[in-house]
Amino acid sequence: MTRGFRIAFRAAIILIAIVAAVVFASAILWLIGADASRTFYIICIEPLTKMLHISEVLIRAIPLCIIALGISAAYRSGIINIGAEGQMAMGLLAFTGVALAFPDLPRPLLLPLALIASMIGGGIWGYIPGILRAKLNVSELLSTVMLNYIAAQFYSLCLRTIFLDPNERIDGTGNPQSMRFTENVWLDRITGRLHYGIIIAIVLAVLIYVLLWKTTVGFRMRASGSGARAARYAGISVGFYAALSMAISGAFAGLAGGVELAGVHRRAIEGITNNYGFSGVVVALFGGLHPAGIIPASFFFGLMIYGATLAPSKVGVPANIVQVMQGIIIIVIVTAQMVLSNTYFQDRVWRRYQRIMKKEA
Amino acid sequence: MVDIVVNMLSMCIPFSVALLLASIGEMFNQRAGVFNLGCEGVMAMGAFIGMLIPFAAGGGGPVSQWYNFLGFAAAAAVGALLGLIFGVITVTFRAPQGIAGIGLQMFGVGAAGTLFRHFVGGTQSIPGIPDIDIPLLSKIPLIGDIFFSHNVMAYLAYLFIPVAMYILFKTPWGLRVRAAGTNPRAADSMGINVNRTRYEALMLGSALAGLAGAYLSIAQAKLFSDSLISGRGFIAVALVYFGHWHPLKVMGGALLFTFAQTFQTVVQSMGISFPYELAVMLPYVLVIVVLSFTSKDQRMAPTALGQPFNREIRT
Repeated sequence: MTRGFRIAFRAAIILIAIVAAVVFASAILWLIGADASRTFYIICIEPLTKMLHISEVLIRAIPLCIIALGISAAYRSGIINIGAEGQMAMGLLAFTGVALAFPDLPRPLLLPLALIASMIGGGIWGYIPGILRAKLNVSELLSTVMLNYIAAQFYSLCLRTIFLDPNERIDGTGNPQSMRFTENVWLDRITGRLHYGIIIAIVLAVLIYVLLWKTTVGFRMRASGSGARAARYAGISVGFYAALSMAISGAFAGLAGGVELAGVHRRAIEGITNNYGFSGVVVALFGGLHPAGIIPASFFFGLMIYGATLAPSKVGVPANIVQVMQGIIIIVIVTAQMVLSNTYFQDRVWRRYQRIMKKEA
Repeated sequence: MVDIVVNMLSMCIPFSVALLLASIGEMFNQRAGVFNLGCEGVMAMGAFIGMLIPFAAGGGGPVSQWYNFLGFAAAAAVGALLGLIFGVITVTFRAPQGIAGIGLQMFGVGAAGTLFRHFVGGTQSIPGIPDIDIPLLSKIPLIGDIFFSHNVMAYLAYLFIPVAMYILFKTPWGLRVRAAGTNPRAADSMGINVNRTRYEALMLGSALAGLAGAYLSIAQAKLFSDSLISGRGFIAVALVYFGHWHPLKVMGGALLFTFAQTFQTVVQSMGISFPYELAVMLPYVLVIVVLSFTSKDQRMAPTALGQPFNREIRT
């Protein structure tokens, strides 16, 4: 098998995967009678044409990036964390609690304190499924989803009761929300609504890289992910590292919530999590579970999520289309990975290719 | 007090049907060795299609019952189609089932929401299917209310349980399904086409999940909304673990969880001063607690659950 053929084979599979994704998404768009090419243009290109749009894209990329980094750490340790949505909600709650309890602390103290609180909140919520998986063999896929629903209900309960803005009781707009935080927990903004959370995201990407590839803990986490049995024979406590990776993953999701509050909303409202938890799974996979891939991937998905908010007014396509596209992308990625790693299939294609070449010669 | 309890119990059977159908379907999938986490997405699509047909026929007004049953049939067909697609992904291409299931879930929920906004728009209710009082039996005090005055789909769903048991344990096809999920290599050496069996089980299971979704939109809520399914697909998957892959135990699980869910309705309608959110949380907490107690014991689990079958590889 020549090297050129291997590269061509990989390129062809990836190309087929992209075409398949576009065809499936177009089929749904065709069903609702929308212009597919124009919709793709609005979602993927239009947001890049204005500075204002780009900063909105980046705002959405920040939480996606932080969440996806955490999910990639868990995924590499052999756990699929689809509970980032709930972990983020718990991070929001912890952040709000600290921000409302100590409104007058100086900023250099309060802001880190609140961010750490959000990490702890998310971390605990991630540790629960991790430890359940390690000790009681509970499928993390199911427990994290259930914890998502529990966290969402708990979040609205807190918002409606203990965190409710006192003015809200008098004016009563009907949307439960907390008081606006004091400036001591705000993250500064660079331009427009774009805030310094982007620096935090990039620093975290470097940290995750160092943790996973340059430390013993990271090596053990990756070892328990790629071969739990072998890792156990090597004396690695697989359960411990599974729980640890879930706690890290949850802490990242919680921090994403904290950064989102400090930088964008500056008060707790409904709908901050905005499906970022599930999108984070797609971003992590799309970025190849590596920080260097996750940063561009989070930009791309931030683009799609923002572009989809433009779609209803410009082409009459509901914003839910972004969820459809994410589902298709996950399926296409995992399928393409399987085909690419299937050496038997590659062999078969190589033999057929040779036969065709011989006939022509 | 007796009123409340009777009320809760009489809600149990009709409200449990969606969970029951979905988890029996998932049980067929898992018995064949495929872990279908996309159940939630299939239910969402089924719920949308099931609601769309009577809505399109009557515009929200009264329609002939046949349109409702056409809705159920279309939901089952769409479910089977999604099962087929999932089969291509996980059986033919052997993609990891957990993550592919998440993809199917996102696709199904997203597509149902997208299509719903285009074809229906806002919240629209449909007349749904009426309750049938079984003559004589429904007149018995208490028991009549609890067991014998529900809609026809509820009766059919419960009649399906012995049928499912017969299919699974007494027919050649059921044996093939169990073999494909327990020891696919042995099944293969006995001339069973493992992948084909898995495809068939996936299509049957997903068709049931589609029906379950349609039951929610046509018979139970009588409308479609984005939060209609709200995790029932995932609970259905958990119920299969809870029920140790046996139809009767799965049914018991579905009833137990529905009882927890009716608590929320009771809190809402009786005006008991109890935080509504905590009542909604209850079934989800129950799932985690129950899974914590039952997951350690994997003796009854299909041994090849979650493993793609590849006859070209030595194991």
